[in-house]
This record gives sequence, structure tokens and C-alpha cells, in this order.
Amino acid sequence: MDFSIFGYQFMQNAILTGVLGGIACSVIGVFVVLMHMPFIGVCMSHAAFAGAMLGLWLGFDPLIGAFVMSLLAAAIVGPLADRGELNPETSVGVIFSLMLGLSFLFIGLMPGTKSTALEILWGSILTNTRGDIILLAIVAVVIVALVLLFFKEIQATVFNRDMALSVGIPATIILYGILFLTGATITATLRSIGGILIFSLILNPAAAAYQLTYSMKKMFLLSALFGVLSSLVGLFLSYYFNLPSGATIVVTSSLIFLAAVVFSPKRKVKRWQQKPVQETIT
Amino acid sequence: MSDSIISIKDAVVSYREDVALRGVSLEVNSGEFVGIVGPNGAGKTTILTVLNGIGKLRHGRVRVLGQLIGNGNGNGHSLRKRVGYVAQAQNIDPRMPVNVREVVMMGRYGAMGIFRRPGKADWKIVDEMLDLVGMTHLSSRPIGHLSGGEQQRVAIARCLAQKPEILLLDEPTASLDWRAKSDILELVRLIHDTRGLTSLFVTHDLSALPVACDRIVLMKEGLIWSQGTTVTQLTDEKLSALYDIPIDIVRRRREQEITA
Repeated sequence: MDFSIFGYQFMQNAILTGVLGGIACSVIGVFVVLMHMPFIGVCMSHAAFAGAMLGLWLGFDPLIGAFVMSLLAAAIVGPLADRGELNPETSVGVIFSLMLGLSFLFIGLMPGTKSTALEILWGSILTNTRGDIILLAIVAVVIVALVLLFFKEIQATVFNRDMALSVGIPATIILYGILFLTGATITATLRSIGGILIFSLILNPAAAAYQLTYSMKKMFLLSALFGVLSSLVGLFLSYYFNLPSGATIVVTSSLIFLAAVVFSPKRKVKRWQQKPVQETIT
Repeated sequence: MSDSIISIKDAVVSYREDVALRGVSLEVNSGEFVGIVGPNGAGKTTILTVLNGIGKLRHGRVRVLGQLIGNGNGNGHSLRKRVGYVAQAQNIDPRMPVNVREVVMMGRYGAMGIFRRPGKADWKIVDEMLDLVGMTHLSSRPIGHLSGGEQQRVAIARCLAQKPEILLLDEPTASLDWRAKSDILELVRLIHDTRGLTSLFVTHDLSALPVACDRIVLMKEGLIWSQGTTVTQLTDEKLSALYDIPIDIVRRRREQEITA
């Protein structure tokens, strides 16, 4: 086997990014999956992309634009989903397409070469700088620490927000905290995974973990494991077959999800539920 | 009234253009078991949400357990820890990675406070409550795998694990079969008596009312329409007017219910 992959500085950076990004995204993914709000995530990642494009056009740091825009999207979509006033899918759909439209508008307005814009669109884990990695490390550590510290509040909030509120947990603050972390994660991984592909690295590992366990703790762990695995396997495939890394990462995470669905014990849920109680107690 | 632990004065609550409560006043004494009855949209659920500080008051004064609610007076989390709320039965995703014991433990989370983890004493309370509602044998099952009646029992156990002083029950038996319904009603009344709680029980379904309510409050169109003892309130005449159904139909339906 060819181990030259570990010899290059850019590959070491990429592997580090993959591990950190895999953890951050997949932990966020658990929230997204359990709270049934995948579209909020999609919406935020496209908003982040639009923000980055705005930054490139007007000449400020695209990551700042990405962060502000993704939080703005969360600030609009969050209350709608929270109060259940509008059908969230409809409002998210409108914002999602608006963000995509804005992204291409800003790309069009940008003078000169568009290569940086395309880089953010598709992501390029192989050109990561030390600064990118430090940012990502901070985000990943903060997310994991918050989940450990507030596990019980998070568990109750994602299980049922109204119930969490009624037992005296500040569920609304937790919800907005989760949206804020989602924005931060998307921003920190934007350059390496890319605005279009980032969301599959958030959703797929968590969705796969969701198929496999009835314990929320295990779901977090499995999701993080799948996230890291997707990144690393994707990177190796990209390196050995000379393929775009964002694409190989996404395809790998999708394959993991498919495998999880095939082997899921939860597919039997329906049949199990119909059995009389006496039979299922052992 | 010195003994009232719930005091609502002229409460007005509105959602956008719809006024859910149009000036409701109600006093509930410690240890009372109050049944609130009325058609859909009468404001029954809204009264409960006002009492645990989730519903937003437009006007009026609400005092629960000596604490004034709303009007920028804190966020209500401290009050909610002392008020148990069982919501209407909800669909729970059968894949949800939370088991029965964990759901009941969530009732302890508020009181436990931030940064603290459930200790042995908390788990002991949880197991006691599961035993009380007869759900010990299902304690390690995923919550979404339980039937509607079982999930409501778990919700009641969760609420009790909170060690509340006030119990708010919002149609806890809706969509349950006849057997599950009567079991839960008995359980609720038993718990109310043995734990010395003050309980408010909301329903639109007369057959879902615990037999021994101390007081019945009839609600209609956001107002308290009438109140008093079960005997004086649940008469055919009153129900006919409350639900806008001709009196002979009320009579026939109630007879059917008794014979059923």
C-alpha cells in the first residue's frame, strides 16, 4: 500500500480537517435529524454560501459573510419553525431559493476570476490553511463541550420542546443555541467541504446513526464516528483516484447511510409494535 | 381567599386576531380537583398554559403558588418546575432514541438545575413513579414503541417525577380506548389524593372526566360560563346550552354512555 499520503503537509492538514469537520458536522447532524428540521440546515448552508459570495464581491472575509448570513437565515427560519406559524417547509423553501439566487447574483457581480467562488461552492479540503484548521478545531471543541455540559437539556429539548419548557428547561434558548452552532459549523467547514456539499456531511452520518440505535448518547458517538469515517475514506479515495474530495466525502457518507438503512433494526419497528406486549417482554 | 394557590383575575390571552381567553377569573384552593369542560376552542388549554407561564397574558393578573406571572416578571422557569403539565397525547416517532426511563427522568431535569447529572436519588424517584403508574415492565423500551395509553402513563410519571405541587392535565385521555381511559382517570384521581396535589383536568369529553371532581368549570368561547359541583353543572340542560345541542339528544347520548 502507498503511504505517501501521510507525507505531504497538505494531506496532513486535510486529514486533520476531515477529522475535526467530521466530528463538528455529525454532532450538529444529530440535532437536525432528531428535531426533524433538515431543511433549516440546508437553508443555513446556502445562506452561508451566499454570505461568502457577498464577502468575495465586496472584498471582506468570506467566512464573516458566511457566518452572518447563516445566522440571519436561522433568525428568520427559527421563529417560524418554533411557533409553527407558517408551514416551515414553505418558508424554508422560499429562503433556500432566495439564498441560491443571491449567491449566483453575487458571483455575477464579482469582478475578475471566479475561481475562489467555485472553490467555496465545491470545497477544497486539500488547500486548507493553518488558520482554517484552528478555526475548525475551536468550533469542534466548543460543540463537543457544549453537548457534554448540556446533555440533559439538549436531550429533553430535541425530544419535545414543549415538554422541556413545561418542566422548567429553557428550551427556546437551547433551540437558538443549536441554530447558532449550526451556523458556526457550516461557516467553519465551508471552505473545505463546500457550500453545496456541506449539508450531506451534516445529515448523512446522523441519519445513519439514527437507524442503528435507541440511545441518544450512542447516536452522538456513532454519528461522530461515521462523520470522521466519511471524511477520511473520502479523502483517501480522492487522493488515490484523483477525484474532487468534497464529492468523494459526500458519496462515502451516503453509502454509510445506505448500509445503515439496510442493517437497521428499526426497520422492524412496525412489526414489533403490532405484537402483543407479553410476547416482546423477555 | 387565603387558601387559594391559583388566582386568575380577568385574564385575557389572544393569538393574533383570535381571543382565546376574554377576561377569565378563577380561584382554585389547595387540594382541589377541578374539572374544566367545554367545546373545542373554549380556551381550556389556554387556561392551563397561562398557569405554567407559557401562555402570554394580554391583560389581567395571574398568581400561582404565590408567584405573579407575566408582565416581565421573570421567564417562568422557576414556576414551571413546581407545576406539572401533561399535554395531549402526541405522536412520538417510533425511532426516537429515548427510552421510557429517560423520559420520566426528564421530569427531574428542571429541578436538578444546569450542569448537574441525574444521581441515584433521582433514578430512585423515577423508578418509584414508573411503579406507581404501572409501567416498570416497559422501563427500558424506546418511548415510541409504546401504545398511546402507555405513553400517557409515562407522561404522568414524568410529571410526578417533577414532584409538582400543581398538576395540569390537558385531555390526558383523548384518543385512548375506553379501558385505557378509565384506567388513567382512576390513576389520576388516586395520585391526586395520595400526593395531596391541586389538580386541573381539562377535557371536551364528559366520559373522560374523573367521577369525583370537587368542582366543575364550564367554559365556552373564552369565558367561564358556569361553575359549581358536578351535580349542579353536568345537567342535561346546561350541557345542551354549552354544546349547542338539543336537550333530547344530550339525554340520549348520555344514556348511551351510561349503558355502554
